Amino acid sequence: MTTATGTKSRASTPRDKTPDSHDFPTRSYDLVKEFTIALVVVIVLTGGLAAVFSSPDEKSITMSTWANQAPNDLIATAAAELAGTSVSATYGAPYNTNSDGQKLGPLSLQKWGGVRLPVDSAGLVLGPLAAVSGDSTLSSALATWKSATADQQTKWATDYGDALSKAPDGDPTKVATGDYGPVPDMATGLLRLAKTGGLEGILTSSGNFYGGDQTQSLLLLSDGAYLEDQARARNLGGDQWGMMNETGNYPGQPWMWLYTFWYQIPPFSTSDNADAQVWGLMMLLTLLLMFVPFIPGLRSIPRLIPIHRLVWRNYYRRAARR
Amino acid sequence: MSTLSIVTESAGRYVHWGVVLISVTNLLIIAAMVVVFVLALVVPFGSGHEQATDQERREP
Amino acid sequence: MTTRTDSPAPGNTNDAGSWTLRLRSRIVGLVPAGQALPDRQPIYVASWIYVFGVLTLAALAVVIISGGLLAIGGVAWWHVSSLGLFVNSLHLWSVELFFGFMVIHLWGKFWMASWRGGRAMTWITGMVLFLTSIGAAFTGYLSQANFASQWISAEAKDGLNSIGVGAFFNVLNPGQMLLWHVVLLPLGVGALTVIHVVLVRRHGVAPPIDAADPSMEKEA
Repeated sequence: MTTATGTKSRASTPRDKTPDSHDFPTRSYDLVKEFTIALVVVIVLTGGLAAVFSSPDEKSITMSTWANQAPNDLIATAAAELAGTSVSATYGAPYNTNSDGQKLGPLSLQKWGGVRLPVDSAGLVLGPLAAVSGDSTLSSALATWKSATADQQTKWATDYGDALSKAPDGDPTKVATGDYGPVPDMATGLLRLAKTGGLEGILTSSGNFYGGDQTQSLLLLSDGAYLEDQARARNLGGDQWGMMNETGNYPGQPWMWLYTFWYQIPPFSTSDNADAQVWGLMMLLTLLLMFVPFIPGLRSIPRLIPIHRLVWRNYYRRAARR
Repeated sequence: MSTLSIVTESAGRYVHWGVVLISVTNLLIIAAMVVVFVLALVVPFGSGHEQATDQERREP
Repeated sequence: MTTRTDSPAPGNTNDAGSWTLRLRSRIVGLVPAGQALPDRQPIYVASWIYVFGVLTLAALAVVIISGGLLAIGGVAWWHVSSLGLFVNSLHLWSVELFFGFMVIHLWGKFWMASWRGGRAMTWITGMVLFLTSIGAAFTGYLSQANFASQWISAEAKDGLNSIGVGAFFNVLNPGQMLLWHVVLLPLGVGALTVIHVVLVRRHGVAPPIDAADPSMEKEA
């Protein structure tokens, strides 16, 4: 078998012996009719599935919901923001420089992204509280906070956070006595503000009229445990194959199966750099699949496992007869 | 090896088998895709369009 | 330059520098004559596995149309209207069908080694389409303005931040994510789809593995 030359559809690799498809005998094939039928089939399937199964729409967790359903969690989160120990406070790029973040091997990819979305975690509490008026307890607590040194502020907030974690159910009313400064009053103030429904508005609009960027609200919410608890109860956690799942019995994202798989097994399941590592691995596998045409061995798999003989069985039968 | 269990909860029905935890819905979708793929390979195609005498070719 | 009353012949060498002529030649030359929308196919195109490309295309059309209907009502519409919820359901299920058909199409093309015969770019554009579609779906999930959006963004930010991408692509910012979802990524998917389909028409459907070369047999 020799390679034909001069056809415009041919690669230049000399070993490529694939004949030109235009040299083969043809038969009628109505592409437009085929597309029209496909479109009707898809419309009918889509309409049927939509009518029978609908789609999920679980309401978002408002700050008010959080405050009413898990007040102790909100209080503890407020303390952690003020202490600088919350997840967002110790995150690193893109929010702050308080951590180098994740690495892929020696590459500090997270840090290289830079602090392009600066967020002051303590400000997630202090900002909204500063907007409250008519609450003299809160005003004097804020004044006490502002006049203290940074070290004193950190000590108050850290001590209060520790005490909360030791109290039964994290209940602020059952906290051991200690010197927590104005922190308990400030945390309670934030809880009251959250219950009014105004908290995410203050964080999102931040002085503008129009919001549109929920970064601050979402960081505060995800610094608490309530959001994750709700997610895990619905099998949406990262180590529950959550990336593939949807709330209730609705279809999820089955095509994410391999991406989420790695998070379920060691070493990724226990790695501090799991996100960067999984991304690196998936990028590699993606490139391998993308460049299969050029990878010896991989590109021969279809030949070795001849599923194609089913596809072209009539052609092969006719060719054998000749 | 943990036994396969189907977990029914208000959060949705899931199948739990070892490290695998998959929603019944997703499992059905994937199973249906495999079935459709196999059917596409084995079910005969065409309704007599194919003629051994249909030898018309495009002139190069 | 005098105006001519007779119709100019294509490829008139007087206008060899014409950008219009060069562009037209390029466009016309993308696909062999008569192959842009051919009414015949090689005889080996005779398996149900071949319909999954066009099913994917049809599903994409329904995704775009249902998405357009959602856009008419706006971001909050489907949360407050039962018609809106139905349209949202159309959008969700057409996306599920889109990915289902696309993956079966990918399985088929892999086992048929359809990258042979100079078709590597068809395969590669298909892979990039797959990835871009995942991105489009992802930004869609972020745009739901409900619990799912909150959780997905809270989780996804960690993945994207870990590789530095989150600094530019802020999943916690629905204003940004929505515009990626309805403008940038659909344009990307659309453009890649056009390129992918043009490449298929250009090269023709890949022949069976180890098929004898008919141009050799003709001479035998």
